[in-house]
Amino acid sequence: MLETLQNLDFTPFLLSFKLAGLTTLILFIISLPLAWYLSQSSSKVKPWIEAITALPIVLPPSVLGFYILIVFANIDLAFSFTGLVIASCFYSLPFMVQPLQGGFESLNKNMLEASYISGKSQLLTLFRVALPNIKPALLTALIITFAHTVGEFGVVLMIGGSIPDETKVASIAIYEMVEIMDYDTAHIYSGIMVLISFVVLLSVYIFNHTQKKIGGFH
Amino acid sequence: MIKIDIEKKLHGSNGAMNLNIDLIIKKGDFVALSGKSGSGKTTLLRILAGLESAEGSIKIDNEVWQDKKNSLAVQKRGIGFVFQDYALFPNMTVEQNLLFVEKDRGLAQHLLEITELWELKDRLPSTLSGGQKQRVSLCRAFIKRPKLLLLDEPLSALDPAMRSKLQNEILTLHREFETTTIMVSHDPAEIYRLASRVLVLEQGNIVDDGVPKEILLKTSGSQKFSFEGELLDIIKVDVIYVAIVAIGQQLVEVVISKAEAKYLAVGQIVNLSTKAFSPIIKHI
Repeated sequence: MLETLQNLDFTPFLLSFKLAGLTTLILFIISLPLAWYLSQSSSKVKPWIEAITALPIVLPPSVLGFYILIVFANIDLAFSFTGLVIASCFYSLPFMVQPLQGGFESLNKNMLEASYISGKSQLLTLFRVALPNIKPALLTALIITFAHTVGEFGVVLMIGGSIPDETKVASIAIYEMVEIMDYDTAHIYSGIMVLISFVVLLSVYIFNHTQKKIGGFH
Repeated sequence: MIKIDIEKKLHGSNGAMNLNIDLIIKKGDFVALSGKSGSGKTTLLRILAGLESAEGSIKIDNEVWQDKKNSLAVQKRGIGFVFQDYALFPNMTVEQNLLFVEKDRGLAQHLLEITELWELKDRLPSTLSGGQKQRVSLCRAFIKRPKLLLLDEPLSALDPAMRSKLQNEILTLHREFETTTIMVSHDPAEIYRLASRVLVLEQGNIVDDGVPKEILLKTSGSQKFSFEGELLDIIKVDVIYVAIVAIGQQLVEVVISKAEAKYLAVGQIVNLSTKAFSPIIKHI
């Protein structure tokens, strides 16, 4: 066991976190205007966009992976880290958009209008009034997207393959260890995943709990 | 001077109706907008602010806010708006709420001093009372020196003592800034104290327009009290009948005859009046 620990390769975890970090950052930039638009719009296109955004929640990851693989094969992105990041962005999109949209929708409409009336643009209102008042939703969106990307398996398996140091992320590494019956390593990898996931979720809930207590948001 | 001539189809709680307003308001006037809920008062304010669209034209002094072709964006109208629910920015302190609107520290201090809020300038809105929040909201509306101030039932969520205090502050601020003001209100005392003109809206139309004294004093000069109230109960006591009537916050008992008891029904809105006596008035 000790020997296994010493020889343990932590690259899959680093890859997982790098992938999750990049995906979260990109998705935040993309989702912010999208979630804001969805929360403020009453247009007829809105349900269509909402349905498309939510698709990755209900689709089996293999379906999403299959389509992305077909597209990537033509543009030479399959089995690369870049391809993995793009695929993860599709896969985790709803986990960023939905909490943000929910947060924006819960804001007092009059408060946003008060900002417009005082001469402030939508952009300024978004950054100075809306975002600072949805901190719990913002944190939830960031953390859940990050955690969900760390935990993805199906899409990563189809798009990334299992190239060491390139696309072999933690979830794939565990799968491989089980396949070659290296249960010691599989145990350690899985234990680390459980621990990290739990600590992350616990921090989110503690933060949101204290925010509610001090009445820091509405 | 503000010239309003607008029309809008509304789907209110009483079905479809047409909001049809043709109105001229003098500069510096304090206009109270009264009428049952669903009569279009708030919609009118929102159209003036540019938050809702309507057909027609709105002109203020030499500026066109809306005509057939164009509608000036809400950001460019130079309006002050006070909401019933305060609508403060919870992430900013009292002073920051004002400075976010206009970076005029001198005026912010002046406004906060008039409204006795200067000592609370570093507090967050969530730590303030309802009355304090509404005063911050008032200051925030005034800091831009608006051409038009719109108040949407600003005091209806407050208790009577706080209401009267804020009425004084609104009056002080209105005198100092001479801002043309339109206020939605249901409270006759408030309208009488603050407004120089009352408009009564019904089903989207102005049905009454005049000085508060004319519109509000229904008994016009005669020594007569007349109150509207809800008949809550009729109780038979020996040979007489007693009606319980709710007038505002107060319940009163009135002796009525058997004949009267027959044609009155519990739940009716009734008129209670008396005349030819000399009322006693004392301060409390």
